[in-house]
Amino acid sequence: MTGSTAALGKDLIGLEPLSPDQIRVILDTAEPFKEITERRIKKLPVLRGKTIVNLFFEPSTRTRISFEFAEKRLSADTVNIGAAGSSVSKGETLVDTARNLEAMSIDMVVIRHWSAGAASFLAARIPSNVINAGDGAHEHPTQGLLDILTLRDHFGSLEGLRVCIVGDVLHSRVARSNIYGLVKLGARVGVCGPRTLLPARIEQLGVRVFARVEDAIRWADALNVLRLQLERMQDGFVPSLREYNRVFGITRPRLERAPKDLLIMHPGPMNRGVEIDSDVADGPHSVILQQVTNGVAVRMAVLYLLAGGAPHLAEAARDWTGA
Amino acid sequence: MSRVLIRGGRVIDPATGLDADGSDILVVDGRIDAVESGLNAGDADLVDAQGLVVAPGFVDPHAHLCEPGWEHRETIRTGALAAAAGGYTTVCAMPDTDPVVDDPASVGFIVAEGRRARGARVYPVAALSAGCQGERLTEFGEIVDAGAVAVCDAGKSVGSSSLMRLALEYARSFGVPVLSQGEDRDLAVRGVMHEGVMSTRLGLRGKPAVAEEIGVARDLALARATGGRLHLQRVSTGVAAELIQAAKAAGVQVTAEATPHHLLLSHDLLEGYGTEYKVDPPLRTARDVELLGAALAHGIIDCIATDHAPRHYDEKEQAFDDAPHGVVGLETAFAVLHTRLVQKNLLPLHELLHRMSTGPARALGLPGGSLEPGQPADIVLIDAGMDWTVAAEDFVSKGRNTPFEGARMTGRVVRTLVGGTTVWSLGRATRAPGPGVPAAT
Amino acid sequence: MTPTDPTVLMDGADVRRAVDRMAHEVLEKLGGTRRFVLIGIQRRGVDLAGMISTAIAAAEGIEVATGTLDITFYRDDLMTVGPRPVVGETKLPPSGLDDMAVVLVDDVLYTGRTARAALNELMDWGRPARILLCVLVDRGDRELPIQPDIVGRALQVLANQRVDVLVPDIDGKLAVVLSAVEPG
Repeated sequence: MTGSTAALGKDLIGLEPLSPDQIRVILDTAEPFKEITERRIKKLPVLRGKTIVNLFFEPSTRTRISFEFAEKRLSADTVNIGAAGSSVSKGETLVDTARNLEAMSIDMVVIRHWSAGAASFLAARIPSNVINAGDGAHEHPTQGLLDILTLRDHFGSLEGLRVCIVGDVLHSRVARSNIYGLVKLGARVGVCGPRTLLPARIEQLGVRVFARVEDAIRWADALNVLRLQLERMQDGFVPSLREYNRVFGITRPRLERAPKDLLIMHPGPMNRGVEIDSDVADGPHSVILQQVTNGVAVRMAVLYLLAGGAPHLAEAARDWTGA
Repeated sequence: MSRVLIRGGRVIDPATGLDADGSDILVVDGRIDAVESGLNAGDADLVDAQGLVVAPGFVDPHAHLCEPGWEHRETIRTGALAAAAGGYTTVCAMPDTDPVVDDPASVGFIVAEGRRARGARVYPVAALSAGCQGERLTEFGEIVDAGAVAVCDAGKSVGSSSLMRLALEYARSFGVPVLSQGEDRDLAVRGVMHEGVMSTRLGLRGKPAVAEEIGVARDLALARATGGRLHLQRVSTGVAAELIQAAKAAGVQVTAEATPHHLLLSHDLLEGYGTEYKVDPPLRTARDVELLGAALAHGIIDCIATDHAPRHYDEKEQAFDDAPHGVVGLETAFAVLHTRLVQKNLLPLHELLHRMSTGPARALGLPGGSLEPGQPADIVLIDAGMDWTVAAEDFVSKGRNTPFEGARMTGRVVRTLVGGTTVWSLGRATRAPGPGVPAAT
Repeated sequence: MTPTDPTVLMDGADVRRAVDRMAHEVLEKLGGTRRFVLIGIQRRGVDLAGMISTAIAAAEGIEVATGTLDITFYRDDLMTVGPRPVVGETKLPPSGLDDMAVVLVDDVLYTGRTARAALNELMDWGRPARILLCVLVDRGDRELPIQPDIVGRALQVLANQRVDVLVPDIDGKLAVVLSAVEPG
């Protein structure tokens, strides 16, 4: 039995910088954490005595709660700092927030910020482990990981699997993390949405672009349906939500014309009747709730791996031969 | 009668095409008296220029000296001295201060502070519209009389085509150029970097190249229609350079500038979200860098502008979206272009000197940029072989926000003379306070 | 640290004889209850639990429930040695552990820290009626007040020596070997 090397390094900023093996290690580590809910005491002593700050500059319910569950099930002490009513909403700069965290000897920081690059900015300035819980339109690595874990649960392997991300890719950190992770693990990735909501030169990330959702459905094994923020209509990216649903919405009639059953995923929260119809979201091929369950397991895995991943401990880990 | 003899240097005057090694320059009362070899020193103060390049002092058509209002970033004094340290003998100060330089009194303030600074000559560029708000023209006549050499809305494209047309027409009455950063503001307004595969990867909002193409095309069309003098600021795209080339061929009165960073750096550097690379217009693609370099070599880009924009250190220490754009450039412009273009045989030395002195002087109609007898003795001495490393902490400027920190350089300005007086020399403190630099002619 | 010069302390036949005797001891101590489960600690404890289960089946003709336990998340040295990249499976009887007798099986008992972690983990799964600790080799030098109930062989081993149990599924053969540990 051998110990690991520092599996992930100090931080988890995104899936783009990770190797395929590092992504696999996280997914494999998530497996045993899935069972934790079956135990009488749903708690492991892995992070006992560790302090974690959940620093959410942007409101979030599901991601924050998922992280909080993961942290608590690993016995960490957690503090939530939300945007409303805290110093972060009073014009304190990110660097001052970082200095304050450092002064309080926080072990880990989970950060959600509206600005792309904010997580790496923080990670470069504090010794604590930093986990990106979404930075602007850049990455949301734990969401990407839980999506990939859900796909792996269903299809066994990701090699050659055809996954299409449908919707507002332009503003989506979930889309980017999915693309990076899936491409690294050998899946084929498509994106489909109004051209106004696909970012410049997206093809260069190794994805195939589908203009019409019918073509994407014919091609794909699984669809990851992105939320269409209602502001996008006000900003003029799409002329109306009604047309969006009519042209790009994932509806049962569209899926019934597909040659095979497609797995349906959605990172939530859903706009039922806009990007996805209720009978699809609640249908037999939807794994939207399993994504939520896997989210906690993946986040536990990331916390666990980062906790042992401090660089100066890697040496000891390599030498460790078991007791 | 004060006399200075600069002896034995390689004298390059891009204005006349002169390139003569072992030449002397005699300066009498702040003006160039003669350029030839073997001049008699007589009672003149001697400046040994053997082994050095002697050229017209650089002229920066575009710098932000931040005073009044932003003195924590830079002052006219520190900016003028930083300019001198970079070989500049003339800088044009942009009007985007607080308050904006949009009336004769503020223009007069810049002129007066510039004279007190005893570094490079400082010429004010006044706002084109009141408060740079793009609504109504400033009083061009009075501000030109007060000393403004051009008008512009400093980093903002004039949104209204009608106002831009009026500015180009009205400026003709006073013989000053209208400076403009060609940009369609609707398209550019939310971008923080170049729109392309890097902005897609980084998840940052992109500013598309087409925003500049449209803005430049509009300004060129208006310049053609009005016969006004247009100077395009900080051109960053290959297509814009092509548009300028075509307009020049068609006889439009247009000149254009590009910055060292747009000529040398591409958007790939934004990997890692380094705010030291956040500039406006944004760093473009490697292809744009290549096309811009070619446009510079062919004279389509007339001159180098630093767009010197000092920032307080904590302003750049923010998330990328929140950090202000801008880099300092006065103290590195010559060295980076010499190292990365001249040393790599992409641009002859005399062409670089031309784009840094003669080109901008002509573009903005300023004195200097020439070593011909009768011209002010604004002169730079360069050690073209000197190796050094950029270290922001050694800058004379208050700004430390350089994208070239730690870069190895070959070629360095070793002495700068304004009106025959040494205002800066390498390894020596700037001269003690004395009588001000002679007033601009 | 590299183990060198392994000496065979028990060959396959020795181990099998010891396992048979351990199976009988388990029956002696718990045979009356019939409600017991053999839980092997990942990884080689799992193989030994299987061997004991087989031996019980051969001797008594009864199927004994087995389970596996991975104690990685309960180690007290996680932060100093780093996590394992892949954690073994913990698989316990679907009926749970409440009121069951549990025989915890491991290959080597040394400091006692693994047994401590395993006990803590079992408590989080349920409330067993009784837990017995059953090891193939007890090499002494405990760091915690933990003693085995059933031992295959007790050995006196120097601190700079290590004892390894080899099992067919992982190591290709069945044996107990002793090797020297070079000073790290």
